[in-house]
Amino acid sequence: MIEFKLPSLGADMEEGKLVEWKIKPGDAVKRGQVIAIVDTSKAAVDIEIWQDGVVSELITQPGETVPVGTVMARIDGTAPAVAVPAQPGAAPAAVRRRVSPAARKHAQEKGVDLEKIVGTGPQGAVTVEDVEKAALVQRQAKLEKARAEAPRSSIETPKIEEKTIEAKTAAASDRALEMRKAIAAAMSRSKREIPHYYLSQPIPMQHALDWLSAENSQRPITGRLLPAVLQLKAVALTLADFSDLNGFYQNGGYHPSKQVHVGVAISLRQGGLVAPAIHDVAELPLDDLMKALADLVRRARAGSLRSSEMSDPTITVSNLGEGGVEAVFPIIYPPQVAIVGFGTLAPRPWVTPDGGLRAMPTVVASLGADHRVSDGHRGALFLAALGQRLQEPETL
Amino acid sequence: MSARFEIAPPPSGPVPYPRELSIKLLTDMLRIRRLEEKCAELYGAGKIRGFLHLYIGEEAVAAGSLPALAPEDNVVATYREHGHALLRGVSMNAIMAEMFGKREGCSRGRGGSMHLFDAAARFFGGNAIVGGGLPLAVGLALASQMQKRKRVTACYFGEGAVAEGAFHESMNLAQLWHLPVAWFLENNHYAMGTSVERSESQTDFCIKAAAFGMPTLKVDGMDVVAVHEVAKRACAQVRAGEGPVFVEFNTYRFRAHSMFDAELYRDKAEVELWKTRGPIHTFSARLKDQGDLTEEQFLEIDRAVMAEVQRAVDFAEAGAWEPVEHLLKDVYAP
Amino acid sequence: MTITYREALRQGLYDAFEKDERVFLMGEDVGKYGGTYAVSKGMLERYGPERVRDAPLSELAFVGAGIGAAIGGMRPIVEVMTVNFSMLALDQIVNTAAMLRHMSGGQFEAPVVIRMSTGAGRQLAAQHSNTLEAWYAHVPGLKVVAAATIDDAHGMVLAALDDPNPVVIFEYPALFELRGDVVHPSVDIATAKVMRPGNKVTLVTYGACLHKTLEAAEAVDGEVIDLRVLRPLDMAPVFESVRKTRRAIIVDEGWRSGSIAAEIMARIVEGAFYELDAPLARVCREEVPIPYPKHLEEAALPQVEKIVAAAKELLG
Repeated sequence: MIEFKLPSLGADMEEGKLVEWKIKPGDAVKRGQVIAIVDTSKAAVDIEIWQDGVVSELITQPGETVPVGTVMARIDGTAPAVAVPAQPGAAPAAVRRRVSPAARKHAQEKGVDLEKIVGTGPQGAVTVEDVEKAALVQRQAKLEKARAEAPRSSIETPKIEEKTIEAKTAAASDRALEMRKAIAAAMSRSKREIPHYYLSQPIPMQHALDWLSAENSQRPITGRLLPAVLQLKAVALTLADFSDLNGFYQNGGYHPSKQVHVGVAISLRQGGLVAPAIHDVAELPLDDLMKALADLVRRARAGSLRSSEMSDPTITVSNLGEGGVEAVFPIIYPPQVAIVGFGTLAPRPWVTPDGGLRAMPTVVASLGADHRVSDGHRGALFLAALGQRLQEPETL
Repeated sequence: MSARFEIAPPPSGPVPYPRELSIKLLTDMLRIRRLEEKCAELYGAGKIRGFLHLYIGEEAVAAGSLPALAPEDNVVATYREHGHALLRGVSMNAIMAEMFGKREGCSRGRGGSMHLFDAAARFFGGNAIVGGGLPLAVGLALASQMQKRKRVTACYFGEGAVAEGAFHESMNLAQLWHLPVAWFLENNHYAMGTSVERSESQTDFCIKAAAFGMPTLKVDGMDVVAVHEVAKRACAQVRAGEGPVFVEFNTYRFRAHSMFDAELYRDKAEVELWKTRGPIHTFSARLKDQGDLTEEQFLEIDRAVMAEVQRAVDFAEAGAWEPVEHLLKDVYAP
Repeated sequence: MTITYREALRQGLYDAFEKDERVFLMGEDVGKYGGTYAVSKGMLERYGPERVRDAPLSELAFVGAGIGAAIGGMRPIVEVMTVNFSMLALDQIVNTAAMLRHMSGGQFEAPVVIRMSTGAGRQLAAQHSNTLEAWYAHVPGLKVVAAATIDDAHGMVLAALDDPNPVVIFEYPALFELRGDVVHPSVDIATAKVMRPGNKVTLVTYGACLHKTLEAAEAVDGEVIDLRVLRPLDMAPVFESVRKTRRAIIVDEGWRSGSIAAEIMARIVEGAFYELDAPLARVCREEVPIPYPKHLEEAALPQVEKIVAAAKELLG
């Protein structure tokens, strides 16, 4: 008998609401089959099963919200029961954060979000001192915000065609709130646990753009490739030599991944973002990759992602080119150990090898990486290799 | 001067024993004396710490009474129990190691001077609460009675304990239930610094015991012969199932209550007078008188005893300290 | 002029004898022997056997007699040689002294003062090394105080005699050679006292451990509070200190289970939970009868290093 448990689809996922069973008792199921749709704080996600078998019992009822790890269904295995493999992105069992009683009271009084605070007390507990520091930072941030009422740049990602979601407004706003919380939890954890280092490098894109326009001229409009696809593929290929940037840091150790599943940060209309994976990017021809990207963005915005897409990314790429920013300093999505950012692709002054100056389309590529796993030197080599790779678009 | 000064003359007269037994009694008293003298010395040297209550002067009581017991009998003693442990068969090595606090000690070093124990010798300690051993003796005797064993429980206690409620309660129970206890009262006249006259309304302890309906015997505790005879009689009576017997040994400690005290409570002259009745020199004089002992032989015995003491010191010195990791051992059964 | 803790105890007794003719001292070897710890040395000569009464080894009887004499209008100071022997008198202390007022509907009172030495540290082995203040502090109707300073060694007996309740005073042979001045000739038996101001951690203690705790506090900027009164507890200075330091360690020579330390911790949690920035901690006697050898005895008792280590752990 196999117990089908609600998988954790990300570091921040603690529970899920069953939307629908795609199976019923007596149905045969196959490994990889989507058997349920579960609403997480981020999106409605298709949940796959990882064993073959026959459904014997559905335990969780649609509409019910259950914690990660809850047995939702029982499946009669045809093969000897195999334990559900640990999802690479699965968070360790939720442990209540250590926050001293005084810090809790203090945080409440000062309106400080405890989740965003790194504890420095015994056993990593958040102390009053930590809260006070956080309160100070928060005050300063508010002051700065008041001073500069600059319009906020939206975080839209690759410009891809999308269909309008017909979201029920109430549910959407709930979800937006939930998603905000989830992002807060994941990003707080990241900043709390991961010692980030950042590097950036401008990459000349003249050659790549030339090559791309030549390629696109042979394609129908709907089949055209975007520079973002080149960037994704280049990242994936470059990672072959950088196993220390592609994998998971879990249970106190680093586990590199053989596959390169690139998570793509996709901003959503109702606010927030998701970063589902495109699997095995290095092996996808550019056309397939373009299709996969378009499909992913569409489904992300429609709220129908697959669980493996949510939990599998081995690295994330965040492209904020649409926002007009020069460079991105992204935050790693735990338990991943690196994230690559791309700013706006735009003409910038460029010193040519002969000392002349010219306008050159460039993009600033940046890397945020986990110092527990790699060092700046490795990161620099990676960015250099990535830059070099983009000079040879025909190899992509 | 008080009536205490009018004490009996030193023990005298023929010793009615085969020479072998006489020499054993003498040797036993000497073993206690030399062991304790060495302990006093080692206390001064800092090798022995805590309290150290010496039995010096009272040796005839232990030496004369313990041979009256059989191996299967029980012995309960006080915190002035080095001599009882030794003559009950606990090795001098194990006693000295215990004094040092070494793990080779008879209580693995945990107890020290006041808490000598030895299961093999059926020696139930070493009780440092005055009167604490009496109810325990009642219980041991009760067990023997219920198990229908011919086993005597010999309970040694000082006259200070007689003032405790535990004494009266224990006497009553022992007699009420007809238990096989030999109550061995070692009356050394001072409960720490308080003399019998200043702590007892009735200074004749046998009258107290008799009030419970118990047979009583009173004997000169400085005379090992008298002690031995009375102890044999008492033990035989108890073993025969005749219920408890109460024996008062009239004795005296020559040294302070513990290692040091100001001895404001007694006159030095009194101590000197009692020393004329010292159990060892009076007994050896009697043996010499009847030709059972020469000075040469005495010195030879003494040398052998001193050698045993020195071996015990060497043994204790060579012993090991229990590691601190074992601190919590033996609080509960494993 | 500095005096020893022992002399301060004696001075307190003299002052009490001079102040009130109804006061008398009773206990084992308090007279002719000069007091087990020489506290009452010379008093028999000065005040005579009426007022300095040697008692037989009859703890239940003479402690009970002291209670009775107090009920009868005298002002007895009963000395029990050590807390170890006080167990023999527990019945009278608990069932009579502590309860008399209540069970008589307030008609009778037993203003007896019972002094006893307590504590380990001198290689006296299991039966002579108990620290049982917590037992007495458990009983409503008693006042229980611990003299850890020269002032308290001198003044507590006077304050206790002024109190209409039965008062148990704990004295510490480990401190008998402590030297100092009587700074406050009269003390209360109602309040805890900050003995050393500090900022990082509150160290609550009583009795002989006070001095170890003061030493440890130097290393960790600790605020040291001497409880002084173990029943009824004065928690105000503790709460105030915890509000400042947000951390507390209780140092208690007693065994940890059911201890004074346990009670203080419970009260901090009840009264100052939201002031805490770290779990409470305690340094107590290991749960073993005191072994005879020095190294094992030391390992079984609170020590400066253990207190410092506990504080450092709380400070993260």
